[in-house]
Amino acid sequence: MARKQREDPQINSSSMADIAFLLLIFFLVTTTIANDRGLSLQLPPDPDDIEKTDIQIPERNLFKIQINSADKMLVEGEPFEQGPDELRKQIKEFVLNNGRDPESSDSPKEAIVSLKTDRGTTQEKFIEVIDAIQGAYYDMYADRVGVTNERWREIASDLTDPENKRIYDKGRGKTADGLEFPMNLSIAEPTKIGG
Amino acid sequence: MSKFKKKADTKQEIPTSALPDIIFMLLFFFMVTTVLREVTINVKQRIPDATQLRKLQRKSLVSYLYIGEPKKVEQWGSEPRIQANDVFIEPKDVTLWVTQEKDKLDEVERDQITIAMKVDKETQRGLVSDVELELRKANARKLLYTTLQEMEQ
Repeated sequence: MARKQREDPQINSSSMADIAFLLLIFFLVTTTIANDRGLSLQLPPDPDDIEKTDIQIPERNLFKIQINSADKMLVEGEPFEQGPDELRKQIKEFVLNNGRDPESSDSPKEAIVSLKTDRGTTQEKFIEVIDAIQGAYYDMYADRVGVTNERWREIASDLTDPENKRIYDKGRGKTADGLEFPMNLSIAEPTKIGG
Repeated sequence: MSKFKKKADTKQEIPTSALPDIIFMLLFFFMVTTVLREVTINVKQRIPDATQLRKLQRKSLVSYLYIGEPKKVEQWGSEPRIQANDVFIEPKDVTLWVTQEKDKLDEVERDQITIAMKVDKETQRGLVSDVELELRKANARKLLYTTLQEMEQ
C-alpha cells in the first residue's frame, strides 16, 4: 500500500512537443503570409465618359517610353539599353528641367511621362518600367519634404493621419487649383503590331 | 577519487520540459500572422519584383484577381487566364465580378474598392490591359499590382 502511494501521479507529457510540432507544420503548409504590397496605380475614368477633345501637348513636355513585344525599349525615340536606374535618373532630369533645356519639360506641372506598350510586352518588363517611373516621382516628392523615399511611401499609404496628409499635400504641391507637382503618368492602350 | 566519481554521476540530459511551450508559441505566432488560403489558385504565379512598394491599408476593401498561365495545361490550355475567386473568367465578365465584389462592401465604401492584380511575370500586356479597360468601365479605378520587394542597391 505504502509503495503505491509514493508513485508520481503525473501524466507523461513528453509527446506534447510532437503534437505541437504536428499542428505547427499543418499551419505552415495550409496558410500563406498575406502579401498585400505592390505598385499602386490610379486608373483613368471610363473612356466613354471622357469628352473627346484634341489637346495639343507640346513635344517638349512629353517623355515618351515605348516597349515592343520583344521587351525592347525606346526612350524619347532612341533605343534604350541601360537599366531601370538610368531611366529613373532621366525621368528626374526631365521633370525637374523647369524650362532650362528647350528640348525638355517646361515645369513639373506640365511634364507628362507617356508609356506605350505592345500587347505582347510581358508584365515583368511593364512592372520594371512603372517601378522606375514611380521611383523617380517618389524620390522627387521625398526630396521636396525632406524625408527618405521609403518614409514618403509610408506616408502616402496612410493618409488617415492628418500629419501624413499635410506632408503628402506639401510634397505634391497641393493648392486650391490643383497640384503643382502631379504624377502625370499616361499609360496608352497597347498596340497590336507585335514584332 | 571519490570526489571525481561524484561528478560523473551528474545528469547529462538537457531538460526538454519547456519544448512544448516554445513550439506552441511558434504555432500561435503563425496562426496570428497568417490567413487560411481562401481560394485555390489555378494559375501560375511568378510574381515580379519591384522596389517602390506601397502597402494597402484597408484589407477589407481589396479584391484579388489572379492572372497567368493555367497550372493544368491539359485541361485549360496554355493561354493565360483570369481567375476571380474560384473560377476562370473572361475580360468581359470583369465588370460583373466588380459589381458583385462591390455589393459585399458597405454602401459608403463601394467607391474605394481596390483591385489587387496578381499577375504572372510572363503574362502579356494585352490581356492585362483588357482587364484594366473593364475595370475603368466598372469604375473600380484603384489598382495594385502585387509585387515582391526587390533589394535596392
